[in-house]
Amino acid sequence: MAAPKFAFLLLNLISILPLLVSSFSVDRPTDRRILVLLDDLSLKSSHSLFFSSLKSRGFDLDFKLADDPAIAVKRYGQYMYDGLILLSPSTERFGGSLDVEGVLDFVDSGHDLIVAADANASDLIRNIAAECGVDFDEDPSAVVVDHSSYAVSETEGDHTLIAADDFIQSDVILGNKKIEAPVLFKGIGHSLNPANSMVLKALSASPSSYSTNPSSKLSSQPPSLYGTAISLVSVVQARNAARIMISGSLDMFSNRLFRAGVQKSGSLNKYEKSGNEQFITELSKWIFHERGHLKAVNLRHNKVGESEEPSMYRINDDLEFSVEIFEWSGSSWVPHVSKDVQVQFYMMSPYVLKTLSTNGKGLYHTSFKVPDVYGVFQFKVEYQKLGYTSLSLSKQIPVRPFKHNEYERFITTAFPYYGASFSMMAGFFIFSGVYLYNK
Amino acid sequence: MATQETSQSATFRHAFGNVLSFAVLLLIGVMAFSIRLFSVIKYESVIHEFDPYFNYRVTQVRLVFVYGIFANSFLRDQFVYPLGRVIGGTVYPGLTLTAGTLWRILNSMNIPLSVETVCVFTAPVFSAFASLATYLLTKEIKGAGAGLTAAALLAMVPSYISRSVAGSYDNEAVAIFALIFTFYLYIKTLNTGSLFYATLNAIAYFYMVCSWGGYTFIINLIPMHVLLCIVTGRYSPRLYIAYAPLSLNVVSIRMLNITFRREKAASSQASSLISEVKLGIVRVVMVVLGTLLAALVPVVGFNAVMTSEHFASFLGHAANLQMSFSNSVVFIIIHVVALVYYIKGILSPQMFKVAVTLVVSVGMVVCFAVLAVLIALVASSPTKGWSGRSLSLLDPTYASKYIPIIASVSEHQPPTWPSYFMDINVLAFLVPAGIIACFFPLSDASSFAVLYIVTSVYFSGVMVRLMLVLAPAACIMSGIALSEAFDAENFLIKAGDTTKVTQNDVKHEKSEDTIKERSSRKSKKKDKENIERPSLVSQVEKRLLVLPLETSVIAVFLLVLLGAFYVVHCVWAAAEAYSAPSIVLTSRSHDGLHVFDDFREAYAWLSHNTEVDDKVASWWDYGYQTTAMANRTVIVDNNTWNNTHIATVGTAMSSPEKAAWDIFNSLDVKYVLVVFGGLVGYPSDDINKFLWMVRIGGGVFPHIKEPDYLRDGQYRIDSQATPTMLNCLMYKLSYFRFVETDGRGFDRVRNTEIGKKHFKLTHFEEVFTTHHWMVRIYKLKSPRNRIRGKTKKSKSKSGTSTSSKRSGTRKKNPWQ
Repeated sequence: MAAPKFAFLLLNLISILPLLVSSFSVDRPTDRRILVLLDDLSLKSSHSLFFSSLKSRGFDLDFKLADDPAIAVKRYGQYMYDGLILLSPSTERFGGSLDVEGVLDFVDSGHDLIVAADANASDLIRNIAAECGVDFDEDPSAVVVDHSSYAVSETEGDHTLIAADDFIQSDVILGNKKIEAPVLFKGIGHSLNPANSMVLKALSASPSSYSTNPSSKLSSQPPSLYGTAISLVSVVQARNAARIMISGSLDMFSNRLFRAGVQKSGSLNKYEKSGNEQFITELSKWIFHERGHLKAVNLRHNKVGESEEPSMYRINDDLEFSVEIFEWSGSSWVPHVSKDVQVQFYMMSPYVLKTLSTNGKGLYHTSFKVPDVYGVFQFKVEYQKLGYTSLSLSKQIPVRPFKHNEYERFITTAFPYYGASFSMMAGFFIFSGVYLYNK
Repeated sequence: MATQETSQSATFRHAFGNVLSFAVLLLIGVMAFSIRLFSVIKYESVIHEFDPYFNYRVTQVRLVFVYGIFANSFLRDQFVYPLGRVIGGTVYPGLTLTAGTLWRILNSMNIPLSVETVCVFTAPVFSAFASLATYLLTKEIKGAGAGLTAAALLAMVPSYISRSVAGSYDNEAVAIFALIFTFYLYIKTLNTGSLFYATLNAIAYFYMVCSWGGYTFIINLIPMHVLLCIVTGRYSPRLYIAYAPLSLNVVSIRMLNITFRREKAASSQASSLISEVKLGIVRVVMVVLGTLLAALVPVVGFNAVMTSEHFASFLGHAANLQMSFSNSVVFIIIHVVALVYYIKGILSPQMFKVAVTLVVSVGMVVCFAVLAVLIALVASSPTKGWSGRSLSLLDPTYASKYIPIIASVSEHQPPTWPSYFMDINVLAFLVPAGIIACFFPLSDASSFAVLYIVTSVYFSGVMVRLMLVLAPAACIMSGIALSEAFDAENFLIKAGDTTKVTQNDVKHEKSEDTIKERSSRKSKKKDKENIERPSLVSQVEKRLLVLPLETSVIAVFLLVLLGAFYVVHCVWAAAEAYSAPSIVLTSRSHDGLHVFDDFREAYAWLSHNTEVDDKVASWWDYGYQTTAMANRTVIVDNNTWNNTHIATVGTAMSSPEKAAWDIFNSLDVKYVLVVFGGLVGYPSDDINKFLWMVRIGGGVFPHIKEPDYLRDGQYRIDSQATPTMLNCLMYKLSYFRFVETDGRGFDRVRNTEIGKKHFKLTHFEEVFTTHHWMVRIYKLKSPRNRIRGKTKKSKSKSGTSTSSKRSGTRKKNPWQ
């Protein structure tokens, strides 16, 4: 009796163990387990290059059909996945318990998401994108057409296969190596709200592109989306550092476009291999937090000449401030080196704003004088840089005025007064004595 | 032989009178104490209202026994985040030092009382002392009989009770005693010319300075009196002795205030010492004493004082200027007068005349020159020399008209006529009689009393709060009036018919239920051996003998009735009107007594459910309570020294949700607390105070305009209200989900249906609402994790999720 029970317990333990070990943590921000939802299981083979690149980087992929009734991202209040890839543009509703809300809650609890749409993308996918700040062209049959920077192919075609090379200028997002070849894109375009600072165009369309239904004639009205306003691939970094990639093309992930050669129209350069693989791979590294993730630790401050952190400063104290900032390299934390980290000494507005100097080993430090104002101050480090997770640290510290016995006791400028006072006292004393006793 | 016998019997009666008056005083003290205990009996032994909570906290946290800690304590996070507050520099230490010392003495006597108990009972104890001081003061003015009557009247005057019931742990609790006692010592010095009393006077004045911003009243009144005496030719060395040391004390305080350096103060005073020689040595003591004493009061020494308290900011601006001005002028004048008298004594009459003409002519020339320069200066300045301060000097209502933060406090409004009747009752009718009595004969002391009542009537007309200064004056005057009246009547009765006297006594015995009456009987006895005023008595006798005996008896009876009426009113006021701690409210309705303990419920919720570092924003009225009871940091509190900060909160409350969220977020606020009376009809809620928030906010941030919140000049919250009003944060936080209580959103305070009933909050979420909805606490939502796109197809997500959370905290209307 006891043995099977024990075995059952052990089995339970074993099944929980990987969950415990590999769950997303502050110390290891890189994702582990990824749920991939597909329209059709054939995508698994037609997009195998993309999946295998993920697998080779250590991700644990779980493929499901988008309408599989067994889909669940959450069990007992815990998320079972760290990332979600939606390669299911035409799914009207997910199977199982997952819905738009579920996907957004997944993101809002700090998990990452890749969404690929396509011509005739479903409302579901459009809604998810819209909630993340990306508006796909509302015309369901419209695709991005570009008559000047299309990819040259054997047949003339309708110029919907675009060779795009307007990448976001960020080494953090796209890696150090420059992407030489244009990226082949075939799908729908979207626009971003310029006021939205969290969403970025990772790949923009050329000025000559526009979004329309290629089979219909152009009407006299200009298309609703055109030019560089069209974004082909966008990335979002939410406030909680969850990252989202939204692409208007499912095909750009496919093996076919990964391998295809590319020649941009009007350009003589012909590339053996399109930039798709490099672009998608680098971008997915960023999305899944293999790059651009910062952490700040050991925020310290102390008076100059002391090592202990005081509970309160006095006005005009000299203090030293230091913080350590590390960057996740995909496997370990390495020092983050930058010259633009600043600290504020803040009470409703920054009284002191200083750029921190670094020793190259992650330690940033500076020293300054507490302003001549008392109140409850904060040390604030607000570090927001393109591609990196934002650092927002604050530490409250009161600053008190002088005590009554901390003022200067005798001031030089007042010596005439002291002199006057004491000479007057002496004179008065002598005068009284003379007046009273010398009749 | 016969003379010896009479003198013996006189001594005996004198002794008997003393014992009796001591017993009566003791009883008056007991009454003054016990009449203030209604609040403890009816409610519980708690600290009342708002400011006392701060005082209590200062007493409790700092246990202010060590001076250095007190002067330097910088209460940091807990008070008015993020600006902080220096306690030593912004608080009058008198009250907390007194209560702390009391606690310490009691503990050293092995009477283990909690600090709170001591704080609760400080005010009643000191009102007993104040009665004693009143007795002493009135005795100096008009004799012991008047003193006892005045003491009895003061012991139960409603105006004073309103500020000194058990639990009302505020500055006024000890300050009124200090005020009367300072006046007593001044009069005593004036009457005796004793330096001993002058020294005591300086110390008493110092205690007053420690205790209350009202000290400016003393320091304006005394120079005025001195001036009056000089003008009416009553200058005497006694006046000089009474005034000069006190004035030096004041001058030293002023000097300190200006220079911040005690050395400078000492030197400048030393220079003024040369004028008088004989009192010189004593005055060196006084200067040193005054300087040291003044330097010990950080709140006066530092500039913060003049803006730290409401009172100070109101009267302070005017008084500050007046004080230094009147004092220095009077100080100079008294020295000139002293010099003139001195020279007069030395020179022969002819020489003196010549000297006077010489000095006067030279003085006139100098005066004209100075006047010309002054006129030129005033004319050249663009504002013609009229600053806000000078205006507030000329027009005492200036501050309350143009500085909304002062005007927003109800106790800074001018009083209404009924409030006079409520607060001093029959004394209002007796005061004129007392003033007349003071003129028969007019002495230095009685002229002071007249001056005191006249000025305090003026100030009480400016703002309700100063009724408190009027009350002792009214008591003294009424005491004098009653005592004189009883004297006269009794004399008359005795003179008319000796047999009637015994009857009268019997009658007195019967109706002896009032203490005041007893004291009046006392005064009658005392008065017989009062040899000081035989002429007065004979005068009275001559004049009053024309009245028939019956009229006198009826008059006595009516006076007793008047006194009885006063007692009944005072007890009612103490029991019903002034004993509510205003933190627990009660209401009586047909189905019994309702207790509203919502404030403590809300504060307890805050202290149990929020993080220690969380900041709570509310209108400043609730700042001290939140700090003391919920132990959370507040943004603004009842110490209204930073108008801009309060205006920021007022602006946030009057802004739409998004703008308000931005303001609160910039101040690191986590929770917003609003007080809402619409459900149970609690009238002093935030909606009724809201216009002040708009005014105060608009005073600093001009984009908030009062007319935007008024429909045709009317403040309303019904369907006629302006869109600005219906969309401001205060409206939304007050009436959020209000319609769910009765289905139509009927506000019981404004007696109307609210204008906008169904709305959602996007940047705030309701986290707690008390049982009677009197306090509602909202939390600022954190900024959105993502920013949504423009496409409207997606259905709103936040709406559904918050409503599911909300259903848990949904409240039922308790009245249904």
